[in-house]
Amino acid sequence: MFEMINLDPVLLARIQFAFTVSFHIIFPAFTIGLASWLAVVEGLWLKTGKNVYQEIYRMWIKVFAVAFGMGVVSGVVMSYQFGTNWSVFSDKVGNVIGPLLGYEVLTAFFLEASFLGIMLFGWGRVSKRMHFVATLIVAVGTLISAFWILAANSWMQTPQGFEIRSEGLLYPTNWMEIIFNPSFPYRFFHMLTAAYLTTAFCVGGVGAYFFLKKKFKEHAKVMMAMAMLMAFFVAPLQMLIGHAHGENTLHHQPIKVAAMEGNWEEGANIPLLLFALPNEETESNDYELKVPGLASWVLTGDVNGVVPGLKNVPADERPPVAIVFWSFRIMVGLGVLMILTGFMAAFLHWRKTLFTNILFHRWCLVMAPSGFIALLAGWFVTEVGRQPYTAYGVIKTAESISPVIAEQVAISLAAFVIVYSVIFGAGVYYMFKVFRKGPSLIGNDEKGYYDHSMEKSVAREVTKD
Amino acid sequence: MIDFSMWLDLPLIWGLLIATAVFLYVVLDGFDLGVGILFPFAPSNNCRSKMMNSIAPFWDGNETWLVLGGGGLFAAFPVAYAIIMPALYLPIIFMLMGLIFRGVAFEFRFKASKEKRWIWDAAFHFGSLLAAVMQGIILGNFIQGFEVTGRGYTGGPLDWANGFALLTGVALVFGYALLGATWLIYKTDDITQKWARLAAKYNVILVAFFMAVVSIATPFVDERIYKLWFTLPNFYYLLPIPLMAVSLFSIVVRDLNNPKREARPFLCSLGLFLLGYIGFGIGMYPWIVPFEFTIWDAAAVSTSQSILLIGTALFLPLILAYTAFCFWTFRGKSTHEAMY
Ligand code: HDD
Ligand code: HEM
Ligand code: HEM
Repeated sequence: MFEMINLDPVLLARIQFAFTVSFHIIFPAFTIGLASWLAVVEGLWLKTGKNVYQEIYRMWIKVFAVAFGMGVVSGVVMSYQFGTNWSVFSDKVGNVIGPLLGYEVLTAFFLEASFLGIMLFGWGRVSKRMHFVATLIVAVGTLISAFWILAANSWMQTPQGFEIRSEGLLYPTNWMEIIFNPSFPYRFFHMLTAAYLTTAFCVGGVGAYFFLKKKFKEHAKVMMAMAMLMAFFVAPLQMLIGHAHGENTLHHQPIKVAAMEGNWEEGANIPLLLFALPNEETESNDYELKVPGLASWVLTGDVNGVVPGLKNVPADERPPVAIVFWSFRIMVGLGVLMILTGFMAAFLHWRKTLFTNILFHRWCLVMAPSGFIALLAGWFVTEVGRQPYTAYGVIKTAESISPVIAEQVAISLAAFVIVYSVIFGAGVYYMFKVFRKGPSLIGNDEKGYYDHSMEKSVAREVTKD
Repeated sequence: MIDFSMWLDLPLIWGLLIATAVFLYVVLDGFDLGVGILFPFAPSNNCRSKMMNSIAPFWDGNETWLVLGGGGLFAAFPVAYAIIMPALYLPIIFMLMGLIFRGVAFEFRFKASKEKRWIWDAAFHFGSLLAAVMQGIILGNFIQGFEVTGRGYTGGPLDWANGFALLTGVALVFGYALLGATWLIYKTDDITQKWARLAAKYNVILVAFFMAVVSIATPFVDERIYKLWFTLPNFYYLLPIPLMAVSLFSIVVRDLNNPKREARPFLCSLGLFLLGYIGFGIGMYPWIVPFEFTIWDAAAVSTSQSILLIGTALFLPLILAYTAFCFWTFRGKSTHEAMY
């Protein structure tokens, strides 16, 4: 049956990798943000003793558990996919990025996985303080995990600290250069703030939903206030980090920047394109809507600054332009909307209507998924923009592929699409179920914490098998 | 650049470390998967909730040993990783699918309404079963070796589907079921425990049978393994392994009828796995891609193995310590109530 269609194994493997990693990153981004936020919420509870914090914690930990579970299962897939689908790449660069991924497992994954058990099921089995420590450890674990995986990914974007010897294998020469490669600091902080913003807008959206439904007002106030605090301070910061990231990329991957800007000819005084349809056939853009000189000014600080063009390299060295161009605009556009949201919130807070302005609450509901979209768009810019290389300038994607026939990849890709759709649908459904139900009120019963203690379950012996 | 190759036989150390990680994975996730395999046969829904609760706090940590095994192989023996993964493409993908369904079932089951719960019960059972069969198939193929040219796999896409691998696939299912059943004897009480004792009885007989069949078949798969076991001084050195296995079997069988023995059947089952694994390890040494690459041929450059060894020496004891802490925190019998 398959013989009739000419399947391209490289394309299939790329689609499979992009699909599975895009699926994966949604959940770690959410869990990185949620873990840190839950640690703050639990800390506030321990400090103030107010039940509202505990109730918020116990509602969101259910969401966290679902997200974490999906992050883990899709992450295990990722760690095997390097070998199943990119075996030549794994063989060649294993000496360099293998240890980075090894460190991620040793320093982060075990930590998260073990203390997650206590975080989820430890109520009443450990002291409140120990429970808080477990939450903190999980939060720190997610950050360590991000550190290593982004070091590996950044090294693939801006490789250094290695040499190539016999059979094209890479040998490490300097670990510090490998880990702290030029794009790593920017990518690490940009990704962390992205994870925090993504979570903040989600939390704010759920707060807004409670306001609109006129229920759980106390909880909604806390969630909305904390989310908007994050939006106000971190969204502008994200723009600054992103800008610095872009300047750094201009230096190391100029062609990626040319694709982001949709700029074909290198030159001075390059306009910023608000809209355009990049056309790879004619090597130009259709329907441009532009602001003169702005791209030059953003990238170099001078309207007459020189911006690289796609035509600087032959066509087979260019990334797919339209994807990069549009993903970049989606990310930055959403970033700007996030900043505006933060400012609106500050204004409404000053007018003392943040918790009552229905229009603003509707807006927050609309913005709830914005972080996820911006995050995926950002990764598409980064990953598609580095094509046709897997390790930039060192190994091409087409040379990285496993000796696996296309039919097998077609089968696995189809299976992933089906399985992930089912899992994703169910996961989102259960998260919404938690949101609809809202927090369970504990009232003033201080013993709420000990709900599931061993003593109690022994006392409830009546409900046997 | 830090490099210990002057003082240490790094490939040997890494071979042992990865073997250890894989063993810990097999027994730790083995009892989780075993619980999943036995799941639908439990006498009641409350029993099933108890079974689930007995492993819910641990499964994620247990599965992380699989990530360490894979990640460690990638880091310490990249070429082995690059050959074995494509060679076993479909079994690995199917194993991952199984683990996905098994993993999400924990969270989804407790959030589903009563009428929909069966979906995640099924996902949990079939996911566990699929993962176990595929892991057994992977084991069976590893024993038989792979077709390699240069640094890449050159065999066919379905080479893994053969009789011997199917045999190890089925054998591992019963092996895991035994671990799961004896774990439940330890972690539950009342009718769940009674039922688990019965399940363990069936499985221990099946495991004895399959262990014998696989042990007899393995030496005939490859001449080298045959020679190792059946030449004369060797035979005597290796004899203690089957003898110890027989005595462990008899202890398990006796303990299953003794209500006072709750932990020992599980420990003895672990012992059985250990003996099987040692026998397997002796047969495979020193191959990492059997009969093509030894651990020395496939080793990553010594500076890479050294840098990761530092991390392992620092973090592995820590990991073992907090893993023990978690098992201790959730000691005692499990209940059937939702845990959070
Ligand atoms: C450590 C490595 C690593 C990390 C952290 C990521 N990627 Fe990546 N990505 C790759 C390593 C990689 C790769 C192995 O290098 C691929 C496979 C094929 C390729 O060209 O690069 C790739 C390709 C690739 C493609 C296909 C590009 C194309 O073929 O045109 C997309 C869309 C993404 N990735 C998206 C993502 C997303 C959303 C990520 C967020 C987590 C992500 N990547 C993280
Ligand atoms: C191709 C790249 C990636 C691979 C191979 C990978 C691998 C994995 C694996 C194996 C797990 C499961 C660990 C466990 O068993 O607990 C995991 C989870 C995780 N990953 Fe990834 N990952 C990738 C991309 C990323 C990126 C880009 C980030 C963050 C910036 C990230 C952050 C995390 C975090 C925080 C977790 C634990 C929390 C969770 O599962 O939700 N990963 N990843
Ligand atoms: C507001 C202005 C923003 C600017 C100027 C900006 C800039 C950039 C640039 C230039 C890149 C590409 C880096 C490369 O060369 O590979 C990038 C990547 C990325 N962006 Fe943004 N960004 C902004 C907002 C956001 C927002 C709001 C999010 C998500 C909430 C986000 C998430 C990401 C992610 C996840 C990546 C890929 C990882 C990385 O390379 O850091 N960005 N961003």
